[in-house]
Amino acid sequence: MTAHNPASPPFRNPVIRWVDYRLPVFTFMRDHLGDYQTPKNLSYMWNFGSLAGIALVVMILTGIFLAMHYQPNVNGAFASVERIMRDVNYGWLIRYLHMNGASMFFLVVYLHTFRGLYYGSYKAPREVLWMLGVLILFTMMPTAFLGYVLVWGQQSFWAATVITSMVTAVPFVGEPIVEWLWGGFAVDNPTLNRFFALHYLMPFVIVGIIAIHLWALHMHRSNNPTGVEPKGPEDTIAFHPYFTVKDLLGVAAFLIVYLGFVFFAPNFFTEPDNYIPADPLVTPHQIVPEWYLLPFYTVLRAIPHKLTGVIAMVAAIAILFLMPWLDRSPVKSARFRPLYRMFFWIFLLDCLILGYLGAQTAEEPYVTAGQIATFYYFAHFLIIVPAVSRFEKTKPVPESISVDVAAREGRRPRRGVGTKKKEEVA
Amino acid sequence: MMRPFLSFTLAALLASSAALAAESEALPPPDLEWSFEGPLGLYDRDAMRRGLKIYREVCASCHSIGLLRYRDLRALGYTESEVKEIAGQYEVPAGPDPAGNTVDASGNLLTRPATPADAFVAPFANANAAKAANNGKVPPDLSLIAKSRISGPDYLVALLTGYGEPPAGTELAPGASYNLYFPGHQIAMPPPLSPGQVQYEDGPEATVAQMSTDVSHFLMWAAEPKLEERKNLGLKVMGYLAVLFVLMIAVKRRVWRDVH
Repeated sequence: MTAHNPASPPFRNPVIRWVDYRLPVFTFMRDHLGDYQTPKNLSYMWNFGSLAGIALVVMILTGIFLAMHYQPNVNGAFASVERIMRDVNYGWLIRYLHMNGASMFFLVVYLHTFRGLYYGSYKAPREVLWMLGVLILFTMMPTAFLGYVLVWGQQSFWAATVITSMVTAVPFVGEPIVEWLWGGFAVDNPTLNRFFALHYLMPFVIVGIIAIHLWALHMHRSNNPTGVEPKGPEDTIAFHPYFTVKDLLGVAAFLIVYLGFVFFAPNFFTEPDNYIPADPLVTPHQIVPEWYLLPFYTVLRAIPHKLTGVIAMVAAIAILFLMPWLDRSPVKSARFRPLYRMFFWIFLLDCLILGYLGAQTAEEPYVTAGQIATFYYFAHFLIIVPAVSRFEKTKPVPESISVDVAAREGRRPRRGVGTKKKEEVA
Repeated sequence: MMRPFLSFTLAALLASSAALAAESEALPPPDLEWSFEGPLGLYDRDAMRRGLKIYREVCASCHSIGLLRYRDLRALGYTESEVKEIAGQYEVPAGPDPAGNTVDASGNLLTRPATPADAFVAPFANANAAKAANNGKVPPDLSLIAKSRISGPDYLVALLTGYGEPPAGTELAPGASYNLYFPGHQIAMPPPLSPGQVQYEDGPEATVAQMSTDVSHFLMWAAEPKLEERKNLGLKVMGYLAVLFVLMIAVKRRVWRDVH
């Protein structure tokens, strides 16, 4: 990964040269952020990876400052959050950034994931890259849930009770395990303490998986809207300045949306009754998770049998791991797969329906609708995708990225740009 | 022992108390206009001061508002000495005197007048005292009430003005009142406001609707005291981001010129 490229010109600055000879950090940056060759036709749908990274950094930074003022104790947790909101300098800003940052993180990660599903980014040779991405999503969910509990409002407490109680579905040992998780016989102070410790730990686990995710990414580089791998220098451009600039433009747009919520609708994503301190003796009228977990909550509730419901909920995410093998089509991009493209949009709609149903009360017609939507969710992966990939008549794929770009712009392909440095070196 | 309990809890919770929701169909509160709505909306100081008066003279006899400190009242436009004067009207436990005593000769807690740094004094010494005086239920703290209910301030006004006679055949629990907007329609709080109950020094007539609006305005501020600071900073940040966004579009186009 960090192999020194003997063809690269030496650094002019002697200090950099001295350091780089001993620790090739500058060579690394040049090879992976500077000259790193990237398909030149990436659309704005490729911005969400870098945005997810930025969202995580914002979450970690704001989280560290919150942890300096937060008290993980059942008697002080709720009040300490309010103290942050009222008395800590800019505490309200840090707290609202963190609270809305979680929603933004999931938003960009979901868009990133759906982009991968649309353009076949999970296909060979990027299966491991894809699976690491699913693992990141898998890790984000408990992290977000743990953080939600720390507020110690009514929704926090009862969400903690419901979610941890799911473990009792495990045959024979479920009950001892849940008591071990709680550190007692109910969600209480030991639970809050360990949730705080784990909530602080998990983001760094995510950072670690992201490092490996990027490692795998840089092995075979980004997929692109054509799904055709770059054939030569005319298909690619250097990451810097082209994609550094494009990613920064994405950051500006992202911040307008994110900070728009933070400053003008900071409680848009949250349940009002989480501003009521946790009370183990009063059950809220409705217990709903945050919006980003709602589709999976619907899957859980769609199945009347507890253990099966829990398994289905986990499987709903885990099934993404299998996507590279469920989809056997040799064509990656949905641009050339009319049938897959149609089912992709239906699947997206199904996910939105699942999310909507997750926020409804458990009564008809929502229960039946939730069961149908859940069935369709799994059918998409297990029946539709394999069948489509087998019988679909795909459209012809372009010969190369540059041929496609030229065709779309209505002119003949020309020599790649942004590769000059490389050519000069060669 | 635990397993049936847990299964029951889980089942009950997953059912999301649908039945409860159905039988407690409360009317949605009417959508009112507030000065603090919208990206530029700020609080109305006069309304908040009237609301504070209602809180102090009516609500405070049962409801605490423990997250507020007297010094926070500076945001309502009171001067430092006015805040001191308001705080001084309340007594708080004084703590040990130089001799180390926390109680006087007759065994009562030593007290001192509150200062601006003290939290608003609660009407009851503890939860049990509050329960004993209120039919077995603690009146909720009002610090966050405007944020912890759906359409908070609208709901509060609707609740305060929503008392009425129960429809024929409805049997009220002992001590309960009928309220159109309360989930289940039976509320333990008796109608708190009556026309002219509070003497407004100036401004509008103290109708129940006016008093309800004023106290809800005050409670919204109590729940979200940084709203004005937040929107003020937000406008600057958005202005900065708008410029940054336009510049980034220009930079991106310039850099990508030779690719397209």
